[in-house]
Amino acid sequence: MTQYLIRRLMIAIPSLLGISVILFTILALAPGDPFEELATNPAIPPDVRANLRASLGLDDPIHQRYFAWLFAMLRGEWGYSFVSRAPVGDLILQRLPTTLVVIGASQILALCIALPVGIYAATRPYSIFDQIANTLAFVGFSLPTFFTGLLFILLFSIWLDWLPFIYRANIDATGWRWWWEHLRQSIMPVMVLGLFQGAAWTRFVRSAVLDVIRLDHVTTARSKGLPEGRVIRRHIVRNALIPVVTLVALQMPIVFGGAIVTEQIFRIPGIGSLLISSILANDTPVIMAVTFVFAILVITFNLIADILYGWLDPRISYR
Amino acid sequence: MHADDLRGLIGRVKRGDMSRRAFVRRMAALGITAPMATQILAVSGAGSAQAQGIPEYPHSTPGGGGHLRMLYWQAQTLLNPHFAVGTTNQEAARVFYEPLAGWAADGTLHPILAAEIPSLDNGGLAADGRSVTWRLKRGVKWHDGQDFTADDVVFNWEYGRNPATAAVTAGSYRDVHVRKLDDHTVRVEFERPTPFWADAFVATRGMMIPKHIFGDYVGAASRDAPANLRPVGTSAYRFVGFTPGDLLQAERNPNYHLEGRPFFDTLEIKGGGDAVSSARAVLQTGDVDYGWSLRVDDETLRRLEAAGRGRVDFQPTGGIEHIQLNSTDPGTEVDGERSHHSTQHPAFRDPAVREAMGYLVDRDSIQRFIYGRGGEATPNFLNNPPRFRSGNITREFNVERANAILDAAGWARGRDGIRAKDGVRLRFLFQTSVSAPRQRVQQIIRQACQRAGIEVELKTVTASVFFSSDVGNPDTYTKFYADMQMYNTTMPQADPQLFMNQFTSWELATRENSWQGRNITRWRNEEYDRLFRESEAELDPVARAALFIRMNDLVVNSHHVLPLMNMRSVNGSANNLRNVLTGWDNTLWLLRDWYRVS
Repeated sequence: MTQYLIRRLMIAIPSLLGISVILFTILALAPGDPFEELATNPAIPPDVRANLRASLGLDDPIHQRYFAWLFAMLRGEWGYSFVSRAPVGDLILQRLPTTLVVIGASQILALCIALPVGIYAATRPYSIFDQIANTLAFVGFSLPTFFTGLLFILLFSIWLDWLPFIYRANIDATGWRWWWEHLRQSIMPVMVLGLFQGAAWTRFVRSAVLDVIRLDHVTTARSKGLPEGRVIRRHIVRNALIPVVTLVALQMPIVFGGAIVTEQIFRIPGIGSLLISSILANDTPVIMAVTFVFAILVITFNLIADILYGWLDPRISYR
Repeated sequence: MHADDLRGLIGRVKRGDMSRRAFVRRMAALGITAPMATQILAVSGAGSAQAQGIPEYPHSTPGGGGHLRMLYWQAQTLLNPHFAVGTTNQEAARVFYEPLAGWAADGTLHPILAAEIPSLDNGGLAADGRSVTWRLKRGVKWHDGQDFTADDVVFNWEYGRNPATAAVTAGSYRDVHVRKLDDHTVRVEFERPTPFWADAFVATRGMMIPKHIFGDYVGAASRDAPANLRPVGTSAYRFVGFTPGDLLQAERNPNYHLEGRPFFDTLEIKGGGDAVSSARAVLQTGDVDYGWSLRVDDETLRRLEAAGRGRVDFQPTGGIEHIQLNSTDPGTEVDGERSHHSTQHPAFRDPAVREAMGYLVDRDSIQRFIYGRGGEATPNFLNNPPRFRSGNITREFNVERANAILDAAGWARGRDGIRAKDGVRLRFLFQTSVSAPRQRVQQIIRQACQRAGIEVELKTVTASVFFSSDVGNPDTYTKFYADMQMYNTTMPQADPQLFMNQFTSWELATRENSWQGRNITRWRNEEYDRLFRESEAELDPVARAALFIRMNDLVVNSHHVLPLMNMRSVNGSANNLRNVLTGWDNTLWLLRDWYRVS
């Protein structure tokens, strides 16, 4: 087991290096710079703009810039954002809590929908409930979040005027009011993301449970005369949830990475909106940091998922 | 002469329709001496270029206005005005920092940290145009209680001009010399007589940062200054909190240097999202009080305005959306450079083709169906302030006329309906940046050209590429590897000196200067060069305006430049918000005068 872990960690290092090379090269090859707006402004002499480019090191050769970035990163220096001249680490830490709360809540909502609905539908396959759940799940993950997001805004903010559609991370209220305000503004983004994810997971849970429900040990359990509830809990769900757990674990990086489109629509100051605005502004240090952290998270949670799998399913061994 | 007539004349002088000299001459004819006439003007407030159009501020005690919510669909990322790459960051910095003077909506100056606007009459402007002396307002304090003095002003000059600082304001400060005369007087000295003196320390480039805070962070250390994100300024609102890319919070400065201001106790600027939902938040749902730069098509704005919660303000600017007809050949490569200035465009070198193109621009439709109230159709390149606007140019949309001109010039239609002459076909590549209104204008132009036997191929480039200074990219607007292109040139000051240098021959965009020259049409004209040089030294404002009008006429009559729309700045405000906006400066330039009515 320890050997396996060490081997996996050794493989992770070249993968991360490879990812960083590819990311950096693509960003360096992408056209444009952070000073687009200066271009049509006659009061900014072009050489001032050139000086700005040079001061950020944008005119150096790609490999030189890459190694400068890599060594700084190894020393734990994430660099400065081109557009806000603030340390990248600060920018990310400022936004992480919001993303964790909003995306985290939506994933929990998704689980709360997917588990009961998926299991209940699978234990009564092709019943009315199953048909309805299936149809809704199908609709749910077919509608993209940017569409449901706008639909929700139109419905709840503009027609009904119930919920605000501008998310504010700093609410100057205390006690219950603070909680209430946060709840009110989080409902729509959490619902949009949670329903989408929940729909996809519902179908997954249903098929996982259906796979187990036909197995011999379930028939054995039933023929022993065990009550149906106990059969479902102990003999079906426990086994069926093994693939679901790995799926959820693989989903965890998203919780840190944010949801680009939804955060943009609701103006949630999370990692996703940081990433998209940095991409639009050609702010390379921030893009690199966010995507690289994301890569680390994906690799880490892959490893965690694999280990979890073995722990849940004793038939799997690590060599 | 009746007093009413006199007032009318003074009004014309104030608006810039009539020169002070002409006014004095009229007065002399009535037997009033020149000094007397000048005094009449000075008393009426037209003695200098001082702003007139600032509404009265009704409150005499500050505060009590509650919370002001503003929404910027481009989020602010930085609060140091010397590093403000985009307008959004300038706006955010303007909440805390003030310049010596700002530009009002009518294109005149309004004093902010200056005691008065320098003029010949008050001795602020040197008669030889080689210096301008600013008297600073007394009793101004930074937010931390320190005094604002001439040392701070001199420091801003040193800070901005230092190449290692890499400030965006460098252009305004590196060619001038600033001298402290006493604690409340500074003199800006120019190498040559300079008619346009209101650049350094004025408006967007003139926001003052404090010496005692930034003094240790000049040059390469400038980006480590903690105050880049925690400003200490002189303005009516002081810093509370800032999350880059999201939210900026400020509160009332209790020691502000102007009586009765400001009105609001706290304010916030939320950033991010898109322009349409920003417009919706201020006009339809009333979630915010002010929405910046609602670049949304006019039809949508009207629909949202119908909700009755907010209004849209349109302010004149000098920005001009225009089409350029390349004067060089994008298809021939000279020394590894296309559109080289030694070449001539195979079709556009014929004036008849350019003139015909001029008749194929349907400005009325573009105004009516695309830009609406957001712009004003214009035949002129230089439109504002009105004293610089030429009255000599008219343009019409007339396909028959275009056809007649091309027929007469020998451009005959081929079998496919496309005109050609001596093996040159009228087939043009027309490029612009990706933007819904621009793509619709491209369609309108293409359809009109089709009817005149000209084939137009459309090309669109992402804005961040089109407007980048990336030397390696062939699609930038400065390279102009196309026959025609369209974009908006902004005019950040209410003066055309910097604006009109984009047609001078020494500004040609070439490979040697990494395509950084501002003359992108690559049109050259000796007379234009001569007029521009003259304007740089002409101190009489009327004669100078006449020079710029002649320059405009030369450019427009060459037909290498087809002006379309004189753009307006578009901002949304809640119905009960009273704000002072301008198209020549940041929209928050006079935030201290904003208030709410019940």
